Amino acid sequence: MEQRLAGHFAHPDPEGLRVMINSSLKQLGAMLAGKQISSVELTQAFLKRIESHNPDINAYITVDAEKSLAQAAAADRLIAGGKAGAMTGIPVAQKDIFVASGWRTTCGSRMLENFIGPYDADIIERFDAAGAVNLGKTNMDEFAMGSSNETSYYGAVKNPWDRTRVPGGSSGGSAAAVAARLCAAATGTDTGGSIRQPASLCGLSGLKPTYGLVSRYGMIAFASSLDQAGPMAKSCEDMALMMNVMTGFDERDSTSLQREREDYTRGLQQFEGRERPLAGLRVGLPKEYFAEGLDASVAKVVQQAIDEYRKLGAEIVDISLPNTQLSIPVYYVLAPAEASSNLSRYDGVRYGHRAAQYDDLMDMYCKTRAEGFGAEVKRRILIGTYVLSAGYYDAYYLKAQQIRRLIAEDFAKAFRQCDIILGPTAPSTAFRAGEKADDPVAMYLQDIYTIAVNLAGLPGMSIPAGFAEVDGKQLPVGLQVIGNYFDEARMLNVGHAYQQVTDWHQRMPEGI
Amino acid sequence: MSLNTADVKRIAHLARIEISESEAEATLHKLSGILGLIEQMQAVDTTGIAPMSHSQDVTQRLREDVVTKTNQREAFQKIAPAVENGLYLVPKVIE
Repeated sequence: MEQRLAGHFAHPDPEGLRVMINSSLKQLGAMLAGKQISSVELTQAFLKRIESHNPDINAYITVDAEKSLAQAAAADRLIAGGKAGAMTGIPVAQKDIFVASGWRTTCGSRMLENFIGPYDADIIERFDAAGAVNLGKTNMDEFAMGSSNETSYYGAVKNPWDRTRVPGGSSGGSAAAVAARLCAAATGTDTGGSIRQPASLCGLSGLKPTYGLVSRYGMIAFASSLDQAGPMAKSCEDMALMMNVMTGFDERDSTSLQREREDYTRGLQQFEGRERPLAGLRVGLPKEYFAEGLDASVAKVVQQAIDEYRKLGAEIVDISLPNTQLSIPVYYVLAPAEASSNLSRYDGVRYGHRAAQYDDLMDMYCKTRAEGFGAEVKRRILIGTYVLSAGYYDAYYLKAQQIRRLIAEDFAKAFRQCDIILGPTAPSTAFRAGEKADDPVAMYLQDIYTIAVNLAGLPGMSIPAGFAEVDGKQLPVGLQVIGNYFDEARMLNVGHAYQQVTDWHQRMPEGI
Repeated sequence: MSLNTADVKRIAHLARIEISESEAEATLHKLSGILGLIEQMQAVDTTGIAPMSHSQDVTQRLREDVVTKTNQREAFQKIAPAVENGLYLVPKVIE
């Protein structure tokens, strides 16, 4: 890890530190506004935690204390001048997929080992404008291709709940950083489940918004018709504050949607202190999400969460998403096809890795790409190249796009019967490092409940729903909440209502 | 459709990725597994279904044809593997 740790760190008493790292963003905002703590102190405290815990957990690829502390000092000036917003002075970890000016941005790949961002991604600009502090760049599966964070060139990330297990992926560094309290909140990206599955495996809240709500400008492309950035945090309330910063139209992203600005926190309070706050809400349970393939221990926890929703007043409706099984084959045509096209830009000419020895231009391309990409990325480029090659387009890409419509129509039908869909996020709790690393197909099945949401372009969220005991360890289980297009505010409300009566989201791993 | 190592090498060449004989063997096994998974799609009748490329049926925006970017050649070339006099250097392509 590249580290430039500068100056002195704050030394709050252990109890003060414990309160601080477990505080919600709203509480931190109040502490900052009330001058109980400065952003510089808060940032220093998190940097110190990163220094102690990151060598083992490996959640961050790059930390630059000097840069972070300069932003914190600027935030303190805003606060002193009475110009602070809800996120001003809050240290946020950024997934290393977002290009940030002056920051090394690797996307988990050797290809971009020495790539220093020459500009800011849209969401980096938005967090900067909100006065938030960039605490560092988090580890991830190479080019966001993976469900375990084991494909990162910068080493695997450990799950803070059990360090022999994976944190999920591809936003595994961000998930581990939030779970181990190495940041106040983090960003992630989700192409097939990369925010929700690690959120589930690490016991935090993660939201993939409706496709087009968050700009993809400066977010290194994997599969452009599916990629979407979103917040990863301790609670739905925290995510609502982050959504207020992250969303908005950006003309630099051709798929960015022009919509009126929303305040995602607007409905949160209505549920607080009410007996049956969700009365009238129709919750759909897709039978395909509770069928074979779901671990019994996960099913039990998800069932208990659904019972809790019943107590909150929700009406439970049985629904069906008959094409769920097809989402994996469809995804493994579309995502690799788009990736093979997007990743053709890494040719060793304008930026990134270039092979040291080569004979001619063709040889330079082939050696550069053979050296710069890891095994999983190469596999996906090859699959994508194959399905797009002459003679196969109709049988693969076109067919997949047609089935994609069937999958989206399943959801459209379901949302005529219910307002929100609940189910498991992932079929199992965190698996052991190495367990699926050599079997791509087994790894791909991790995303069976999350991929269809990306294909349909819908918003999906994972929130902590409890723990399952596996080999004597308590491992987090996530509950997936799927909403209709642009229904993020309601999803956050529904999650917040649950987080008012449960404390799963406040649990933290031992030894951190 | 089953692949052989010659196919893998051909695809790798199309993708501009150098691959050795032994890598091609190992890759063949894994790609075949993935293609087996993908094959499930062929059982679905998709006659008459319009392909879906975007979830919201949006059309591409147009903008005025005006200069919107400033010249940042120096910043961009600072991170290039090889440049000279503002140009990117590549191996000789024209004899």
